[in-house]
Amino acid sequence: MDDFYKEYILDHYRNPRNFGTLEAPDATAEDLNPLCGDRIRFDLNFDAEGRVSEVKFSGKGCAISQASASMLSESLKGEKVEDVARFSQERVLENVGIGISPARMKCAMLGLKVAKSAALGEIATWPDEEPAQKSI
Amino acid sequence: MIAVRDPRATAIARDFPLLAQPTSRGKRLAYLDSAASSQKPQSVIDALVHFYTHDNANIHRGVYELAERATDAFEKARAKVARFVNAAEPAEIVWTRNTTEAVNLVSFTWGMTNLGPGDVILTSQLEHHSNLVPWQLLAAKTGAELRYIEVDREGLHVLDDLDAKLRGVKLVALSHISNTLGTIAPIEMLVARAHAVGAVVLIDGAQSIPHRAVDVRALDVDFFVASGHKMCGPTGIGFLYGKRTLLEAMPPFLTGGDMIREVGYEKSSFNEIPWKFEAGTSNIADVVALGAAVDYLESIGMAWIEEHERALTAYALERLRPFEARGLEIYGPRDLANRSSVISFNFADIHAHDIASILDTEGVCVRAGHHCTMPLMEKMGWPATARASFYLYNTEEDVDQLVFALEKAATLFKLA
Repeated sequence: MDDFYKEYILDHYRNPRNFGTLEAPDATAEDLNPLCGDRIRFDLNFDAEGRVSEVKFSGKGCAISQASASMLSESLKGEKVEDVARFSQERVLENVGIGISPARMKCAMLGLKVAKSAALGEIATWPDEEPAQKSI
Repeated sequence: MIAVRDPRATAIARDFPLLAQPTSRGKRLAYLDSAASSQKPQSVIDALVHFYTHDNANIHRGVYELAERATDAFEKARAKVARFVNAAEPAEIVWTRNTTEAVNLVSFTWGMTNLGPGDVILTSQLEHHSNLVPWQLLAAKTGAELRYIEVDREGLHVLDDLDAKLRGVKLVALSHISNTLGTIAPIEMLVARAHAVGAVVLIDGAQSIPHRAVDVRALDVDFFVASGHKMCGPTGIGFLYGKRTLLEAMPPFLTGGDMIREVGYEKSSFNEIPWKFEAGTSNIADVVALGAAVDYLESIGMAWIEEHERALTAYALERLRPFEARGLEIYGPRDLANRSSVISFNFADIHAHDIASILDTEGVCVRAGHHCTMPLMEKMGWPATARASFYLYNTEEDVDQLVFALEKAATLFKLA
């Protein structure tokens, strides 16, 4: 965690990219992390081919959640709606580029959960939580 | 500088084996999250092990010596807690899992029996969710109104309009001490005013009983609820104090074994208090260990604990004040007479979670978030706060470590 607060993380935290909202977006979702109250909204517009043409996110929270959402917003442009819906946890962690402790994983994943929810049109599950295993 | 290098505090810290444990980064542990849960002295840990090693059996039924010993230990702990809060008799102490369950017990039994449309439940704006959500649901079920005593920017109760607030009130439910801001509620006055309009008073003592002497009869409260794990005891055990006449008039809460007198296929009659409210096998070992926690606290003395924490809080506030020029905001009552050993704060534009993560790298454990008081945070306009809270085993060294770690946070976030 010592190395988390790197220059580029603070930069995304203090100068978030694609911050704001879209008027009448094609897809939108908002959610919060009930553990801490951090809140994020993602608005998406799609072009004729179903690719993300515009993306905005808004909300408030810790440096990890905000920087992660900011970096995610940059990655989503040009992605197909179905690819947003299955955007992986690993790619988010790769973007963030540093180790996230288990206690802070939901901070890093809140933006992804919300962006996926927008693409799916329903509230997505937490990316870091496997669905409960069915017992045999 | 206030001198609080009390050698006794350092000696007390040695009673808590966990505190001697360094972090994975090799840092000294500065445990500043006792408002969430306290650490346990060796004597409490020993009591748990001793019970399972020597005295374990189910209670209230067995006729063999071992069962008698377990029952005796269980009921002795009840007597200890009764004495600790100065209840009139042990029967006025009902075991619950925690404060939350004790509040729910009162809500489901006393509340459902005594409240109806037009009645008012009065609480305050700084309550923990555990002393808020049960009343919201009770109000919805009974048609009663839930009303709030407001708090000001310091987190002090606004009492100018108390007469109006108390109109139609049947139940007053208040925390003795706020877990988020450390506000000490003016309980004596509020109880007298509530009783004057015929209301019953429940006090949430989760944050008070670990830190100061509580006398339920002097306070004249009708119900008092608390958790063992915040007062050096184990998790999973808490209690409800209730005046005998109230408890006797209340219907049972959970039903089943141990809480009955006679059971037939058509109907049953119920046990006397307190067992009427203790269905099923109780958390026997943790009850016994809670008794050991009471012994421990009494051996130190609640007056010493209160005074030690006041001195430490004053020292911490003095050490934190220089950070205010760099954007540190300290919340809660400014006058230490109105404040317990809780310090909630934010630091410039560093989110509370980031503060807690950075402090963690220096071995400092603080809480960050809404502290289960979301409406209060919303009212105050704080998305989250970081919270340091002190207990009898904390020392100046812990505060110094907090200050050192805050310097690190300022450096990492490039604060001027």
